[in-house]
Amino acid sequence: MTAEQKALYNRVYVWEFPVRLYHWLNGITVTLLIISGFLIGNPIRLFYANEAYQQYWFGTVRFIHFVSAYIFFFNFLVRIYWGFVGNTFARWSNFIPLKKKQWREIGQVLKVDILLADPSERMSVGHNSLAGFVYFLTFLAFAFQSLTGFALYSANSTSFFPRLFTWVIPLFGGDMAVRQWHHVFMWFFIVFIIIHLYLVFYHDYIEGRGTTSSMVGGWKFEKDEDLKNSND
Amino acid sequence: MPEKMPTMREAIESKGYSRRDFLRYCSAAAAIVGLESLGIPKVVRAFETKPRPPVIWLHFQECTCCSESFIRSTHPIVADVIFDYLSLDYTETLMAPSGFQAEKSYKDTITKYAGQYILLIEGSVPAGNDGVYCMIGGRSAESILQEAAKDAAAVIAWGSCASNGCVQSAKPNPTNATPIHKLIDKPVVKVPGCPPIADVMTGVITHLLVFGSTPELDSQGRPKEFYSRRVHDTCYRRPYYDAGLFVESFDDENARKGYCLYKVGCRGPVTYNACAVTRWNGGVSYPIQSGHGCLGCSENGYWDNGPFYQHLASFPGFGVESTADTIGTTVGIGAAAGVTAHAVATNIRKRKLIQKLKSESAELKEDSNEGGNN
Repeated sequence: MTAEQKALYNRVYVWEFPVRLYHWLNGITVTLLIISGFLIGNPIRLFYANEAYQQYWFGTVRFIHFVSAYIFFFNFLVRIYWGFVGNTFARWSNFIPLKKKQWREIGQVLKVDILLADPSERMSVGHNSLAGFVYFLTFLAFAFQSLTGFALYSANSTSFFPRLFTWVIPLFGGDMAVRQWHHVFMWFFIVFIIIHLYLVFYHDYIEGRGTTSSMVGGWKFEKDEDLKNSND
Repeated sequence: MPEKMPTMREAIESKGYSRRDFLRYCSAAAAIVGLESLGIPKVVRAFETKPRPPVIWLHFQECTCCSESFIRSTHPIVADVIFDYLSLDYTETLMAPSGFQAEKSYKDTITKYAGQYILLIEGSVPAGNDGVYCMIGGRSAESILQEAAKDAAAVIAWGSCASNGCVQSAKPNPTNATPIHKLIDKPVVKVPGCPPIADVMTGVITHLLVFGSTPELDSQGRPKEFYSRRVHDTCYRRPYYDAGLFVESFDDENARKGYCLYKVGCRGPVTYNACAVTRWNGGVSYPIQSGHGCLGCSENGYWDNGPFYQHLASFPGFGVESTADTIGTTVGIGAAAGVTAHAVATNIRKRKLIQKLKSESAELKEDSNEGGNN
């Protein structure tokens, strides 16, 4: 077996195990939260022939929502911590564009993604700067959803943890408004998932260096010449 | 100079009641504020030593539904409250004097019993246009409020108008109707509801009298004993909610069966009140028991949380029929259509780049002669 080399690529270990675990736990819990949350907002007609004592399905849906919320929240906390101790690709500096270089890359990614121009510079092997910044916005959305969600849940619970969030309710004026905003932000997650999935496939397609599989194995690929030119 | 008021016991005995009657009365008062039998001596002591407090009940921008509710109190009956518990010195709706005599009894109370009287306020205060929208005896509501609140021992805001503005402060709030706590710098006990439950109103007053202090309040200034639980969690239809059995429309079979009103807009899950526990009109019923969803009348800005018959409020700026879901669905479909169009455009506009990527591919040549079998 012989191979004719046309481009040399190096394997880069980009996503460490905690990052991958975080990603998939997040994916699973957010999906469960959206489905169960949507059902809580708009219950479907199910088992209307039964009597109340024969079933508890709506209570179970709410239970799934609450359990997923706890996992989601603590998973999120772990990721915040990992942003301080993880490898260079997991660090907070990827998510908040403070350097000029990052803003230049944001401009480039916008050109490549929206204007469909061809890339003129190499893109970061980790998150590109635009993706990182959008993930930072989603972290804010995570925080918002956690605050409003646990604030709503606190009325159902006497345990100490959800009671830590009761102060959120007066900020909005009441449960009705908190619930409304919690519901609105669900749509942010739905739209985010559509665009996120598409862009993963898109960047995998146009960059050709394993974007999609990187979140499973952790590996991405960087051209020899780009690796030599890069200084980060 | 503040004058001393007779104590409750003196007031009762001056009407010819015996000590036995007085003790019976104290037991009833203890029951109302939720004390166990060991607490009765506390009440007896309070009523023997504390003066019967004078009360001023002011009416501003309101519909008098709070007063209407109040006079239907059954535990205790309202006659006991206004003739025995309190000395109700001024209230436009129920007092005998009118005109100058009425104004005089108001003035007398706030000067003679400065620092002792309880101030009850029904209605919001219009702060717009120097308060011309609510004038009583030639004075604006706000100036009366400021004067009366200055030396009050306690201030209670009756109903949603005084607590959060209610219908007057609904958008666009032409008179700039303002709840009481935003105008005075004293702590205000809020008893929201449109109207509040009569037994809750008398319960709050009884607490003030027996303990001489305001009841424990939550973060929004409402007495915890009545506003700490959601209507939803105390609702007798709650099992239908957990079982997922809902009224779909007000004339369907499920409505006849008394299923949960969640899907027809019941605000029980977002409303803190005692309706499902004390019920109304002497415990006869409450809205959900009568087949109608809770409107959330004791919550902030409930008029702007409409429409009442759907669970999600209309989304501001997109017309009355648009909820977060209609907008979300549109954006979601837009995003899906956008990415599809993008995928098609990518394959057309980036064909050179994709060609280039393909040309970078290493070409594997299977050569069976060299022994590689994989």
